[in-house]
This record gives sequence, C-alpha cells and structure tokens, in this order.
Amino acid sequence: MVQAPERPAVARPAGDAEADEAPQRSFIEAIHDTLHEEMRADERIVVLGEDVGRRGGVFRVTEGLLAEFGEGRVIDTPLAESGIIGSAIGMALNGLRPVAEIQFLDFIHSAMDQLMNEAARLRYRSNNDVCCPLVVRVPFGGGVHGALYHSQSIEAVFVHTPGLKVVAPATPADARGLLRAAIRDDDPVLFLEHKRMYRLIKGSVPPGPHEVPLGRARVAREGSDATIVTYGFMVHEAEKAAAAAAERGASVEVIDLRSLKPLDEAAVIASAKKTGKALVVAEANRPCSVASEVAALIAEEAFAYLDAPVMRVAGPDVPAMPFSPPLEKAFLVDAEKIGAALGRLLAY
Amino acid sequence: MATTERRGKQRSDTDVAGVVDRNGSRVDDATLLDLYRKMTEVRLFEEAAQRGFRQGKIGGYLHVYSGQEAVATGFLAAHREGDKAITAYRDHAHALLLGSEPGAVMAELYGRGTGLVKGKGGSMHLFDAANGMMGGYGIVGGHIPLGVGMAYGMRYRGEPGVVQLYLGDGAIHNGAFHEAANLAGLWGRDGLNPTLFIIENNQYGMGTSVERATAMTDLAAKFDSYGIAHEKVDGMDLGAVLACAHRVVDQVRETGRPYAVEALTYRIVPHGAGDFFEKYRTKEEVREWRERDPIGLLERRLIESGAADEERLGAIRAESKRAVEAAVRFADESPDPAIEELYTDVYADEVGSGR
Repeated sequence: MVQAPERPAVARPAGDAEADEAPQRSFIEAIHDTLHEEMRADERIVVLGEDVGRRGGVFRVTEGLLAEFGEGRVIDTPLAESGIIGSAIGMALNGLRPVAEIQFLDFIHSAMDQLMNEAARLRYRSNNDVCCPLVVRVPFGGGVHGALYHSQSIEAVFVHTPGLKVVAPATPADARGLLRAAIRDDDPVLFLEHKRMYRLIKGSVPPGPHEVPLGRARVAREGSDATIVTYGFMVHEAEKAAAAAAERGASVEVIDLRSLKPLDEAAVIASAKKTGKALVVAEANRPCSVASEVAALIAEEAFAYLDAPVMRVAGPDVPAMPFSPPLEKAFLVDAEKIGAALGRLLAY
Repeated sequence: MATTERRGKQRSDTDVAGVVDRNGSRVDDATLLDLYRKMTEVRLFEEAAQRGFRQGKIGGYLHVYSGQEAVATGFLAAHREGDKAITAYRDHAHALLLGSEPGAVMAELYGRGTGLVKGKGGSMHLFDAANGMMGGYGIVGGHIPLGVGMAYGMRYRGEPGVVQLYLGDGAIHNGAFHEAANLAGLWGRDGLNPTLFIIENNQYGMGTSVERATAMTDLAAKFDSYGIAHEKVDGMDLGAVLACAHRVVDQVRETGRPYAVEALTYRIVPHGAGDFFEKYRTKEEVREWRERDPIGLLERRLIESGAADEERLGAIRAESKRAVEAAVRFADESPDPAIEELYTDVYADEVGSGR
C-alpha cells in the first residue's frame, strides 16, 4: 500500500484572478468537505469501504466522518471489494445513497461483476422500477511509485459499460460540483480521483450549493490553433504544454472532459471544428481507451473541418506501470510528451 | 451414497397436521390446500415452459424448478409485505409465489412486450419490485452481496422487513458468497442484517455434485465461519419447510440477525434444456428422489390427515392447470416488445441512452 505523496511534485497551476479570491482548497479537501456537507444534508448517504472510519480512509478523504455520523453511516468493511460494492448496490436498492470507497482503482477488479453485471443493469432489467443511486469513489492513476497494483487507469472499462456514469474531475471546484451531482444522481457513478492531485492541486472552491452537471465538459483554456482534449490529472499537464506553446506563438485550447460518461460530445466537436486540429491525451494505455473514443468521435463528426489527423498521446500498451522511477517516468504522459505531439500537430 | 445419507438424516416424520405457524397454532387445512394449489401451479407452469421451449416459443436458456417447489413455497408463505426476496437464475417459482401474474411471467419467458420486464430479461432475469421480487440473477453468487446490502438498508431505515436470499449449492463456493456472508454476520451483530439465507441444495451445481465441489459438504456449517446460526430442513417436505420458515423468518425479523437454512432438495428434471443428466447422475438416484416428489408427498399427507380427498385435489390441480393455460395463451397472444424499448430504462435522464 502506498501513501499519497505529501509534497507537490510539480507547481500548482495558476488560477485566474477571480478564482484566487475564493477560498483555496486542495483537491482532497474539496472532496472531503463536500462529502461531509452532503452527509449532513441527507441521512440516506452512508459511506463504506476499507478503513474509511477510524483511520479516515487510505488517503484520509473520509477523515472525521465517523466521529460525526457514527458507525451506522461510516462503515469500516473487511477487505472485500465484491462485498463492498455488492452490498452498497443492495443498500441503494433499499433507499440509501451509498458512497463506497475502493482504496485503489487497481483493487476494483474483484468487484467488476457487481459493477458491470448488476449495478449497471438494474434499471434496464427491472422495467425502470428500481435504480441504483450508488457512488463509487476511487483513487486512480500513477506517478506515485505505486507500480503494478496502485497505479492503474482502467476507466475505459467503465465507460464501455452502459448503465454506469464515469467522472474524473481535474480541479477542486469540479471535484466538489461533480461529487455533489454524483451523489444526487439516480444512477451508479464511478467517481475517479487522480491520486497525484489530492494534495498537489489547489484551487478556488465555490461555497454553497455548487453543482457541476454530469456530462458537461469545461474549457480549461481557450485557443484557436489546436485543441487538446483530456481529463483528470492530464488536464494540468496539457495546460502546461499549452502555456509553453503560447510562448512560441500558438494558441491552444484545452478541453477538460470532466465526465467520461456521458461524454460532452458537443463540446468536443465544437472545439475540434473551431481549431481544426485535435490532440487527445490520456494517462491510460492507448488501445480502446477513452482517448480512442474521443478520437473516433472527432473523426466521425468533424472530419471536414480538420486540417490534420486526430492525434493521441496516451500510456504505452504494456501490462503494468513499472516501479523503477525512470521506467515509471517513461510510462507516464507529461507536459513534455504532450508538447512534442502538439508541435507535430501544429506543424502538420 | 453420501447425498442419500445426508437427506436421510433430514427425513421428516412431521405430518401436515403437525405444521404450526408463527403463533404456534396448527396451519389450517385451507392454507395448506392453497399452498398445494400454488405448488401445482408452479409445477404445471414449469412443464408448460418446457413445452414452450421444445416448441421453439422460448429461446435461449431455461432452468425450471420442478422438484424443488416445497422450498420456495414454504419459505415464501412466511413472506410479509415489505419483505424482499432475491434469487439466482432458477427464478420462475419465486416470482409466481410472490404474486407476479403467471401470464406476465410466461410472456417474459417468451420475450414478449407484456412480460414482467418487457421481454428484456427472459427466464433467468425476472424482476417484480412491487411484489418484493428483487430479481433472478444469472451470475452464480453475484446477487448475494445485493441481498445483504438490502437487509442493511431495511434496518438502517427502521423497516421491519426480512430479505429471503436464495442461493444454490453451487453458489456457496463462489467468492461473493463468502464476502457477503461475512458482512451479514458482522452487521447482524448490531441487529442490522435481517437476511435469511436459503440454500436450495439440489445436490448439483449444474452437473457437479456437492461432493465433487467441496471437501466440506455440510453447506449449512459453512456459515459457522461467519457467526451465522443455521439448520437444515427437508426441502421435499412442505410441512417441514413451513414449520421452519415461520419460526426462522420471525426470528430474523425480531433480531435483525442473519440466519441460514440449508434445504435439501432435488431437481427432478435436467439442469436446463439441453442438459444430459444421465452423465452425472443415475436413473436410480433420480427415481429415488422422485418417490419423494414434494407434490406427491403433500398429496399423500393431505389425504392421510383427512384435509382433502382425491377428488378435491384433482379439482385444485384443474384450477392450477387453467391458470397456466391462461398464462400460455396470454404469452402466445402478446405482441413483441416495441424496438424502441431497446433504448429505454438506461439512465434516469436517458442521457446517452445507447443510440
């Protein structure tokens, strides 16, 4: 088991002037605070998972919840992912709004049957008589020397599962707004938290009932010469690459998908049509990835507007993120790799 | 053989007249005759489904409950409004006994738009939430955590319900069972898990006998590992099941603690259409169990106790037959689902509804 990195590995991205006036919270604080508020507001919400209670969660996202809400609502479970997700589905079937935590996305595989075969299908198979208002919060992604079982980005599997919704916020504000929307949604939502962002990424967080609708992308940076479409931690790397390109006179737009399912197709298509050049970036290995889906979408819907082939920068097609730091670095997508691809795209 | 020995230990001498309900009173003849009607309706329904399969009206896979009727009939007799039941893929009986319209169940098997879930599920995947039927599930063991979670939800909300969680002998070797049973035992310590595990031990997980699937063949005793009390019942004897069901359902309701019953039963038919059961069980074995067919056993006891005579039982069977014939007619005459249904019931807001 690895701990979240305590020290930032890269500088936080600069916020805009207005945002800097609002309270600054880290990514993890935004999730914690929102969960806390939602639990206060709605007794149907229960949190369950490994060490979410007394310990406050492996990354301490759920710190303090047990003290306020008690063991009936903050449930420390045994190490049993199938049992956690499966029983959470049952709770949702009986009127609760469970927020289950799986410690690492790498651990979710043993609960795949429950998520893909049951949670995703309950509405469809029950004549719309029942639904599954379940949120599964999961840290994902690499770059923390987690190696084989603490680094994965298998979000495409869930995007490929009709009936599930999948979100991957990149900012504290979106973490707050999307978590609120996910909890209030009547369908099962996989809430992906890139673990590198927990304490690294800080930003303004709107107080009050701030909610980000599922299925809406965000223009993280406006531009006119090329579009980068990405999500999660890669948004920050893409913004760095776009800033570097700007120094060389190129205007690059960055679209932060925020929701992977439903996908904001209109926002992606509109940006691709506007700039005529699209680069899709993801940390996950490339074949059949979210990046593949977005690239296909652009090719199908914006072909006549394109001045270059759609390009992808994504993880290599190898079985695991290796432990050795140089190998891990070689696996990971970063601003430098994005910048290199962007250079080729802009020059095309 | 071992199965016979295990069953033999459980052979109940309780006659019907000895069946008591939750208040300790004798179950009256009218109730027993009504349960007889239900059992015969289930059996005739399954036989009609098998005919429908042979005629090509039902496609895919078909798993019928014939031989096991006393189990669900007895336990679901103790089902109360607000209770829930969840089971695996051999699920027709559970839906019928919980009150689903036989026509809607048969239409579902036929894949018709008037089926319980508009033809989207079929035989193995019935669902009837209004009647507490929380689904038949085609992944062995996959539904077990759901049942345990529902039971937690009930007590969390202060509801007095019980979840009857049916699983086969084959499912008990699946990891999801062990994870869920552990949680049920754990949460039950605080009175937060009114789950009644009902193991329908029909001796075979498809073609693999219990003895060939585990070195520890006492399936009920597996619950010891999770702090869940348990017993066995003769699942061919409705009287024995009823007496057990009323007692244990009340106990689970009152304590909020899970409990497990291993019902020893037998599928007197193949596992499914296309199964060759002579490959894994002998004719003698099947014949021996058929002698204790739960319906024949109940008939003999109803007659011996004076609750009914042959003529009365014949009239009840005729009533069941008419109900099943009506169900078949309904299914036959029902339209296919509208193709538009492919895209409905995906999400609450129908965002990204599959087109």
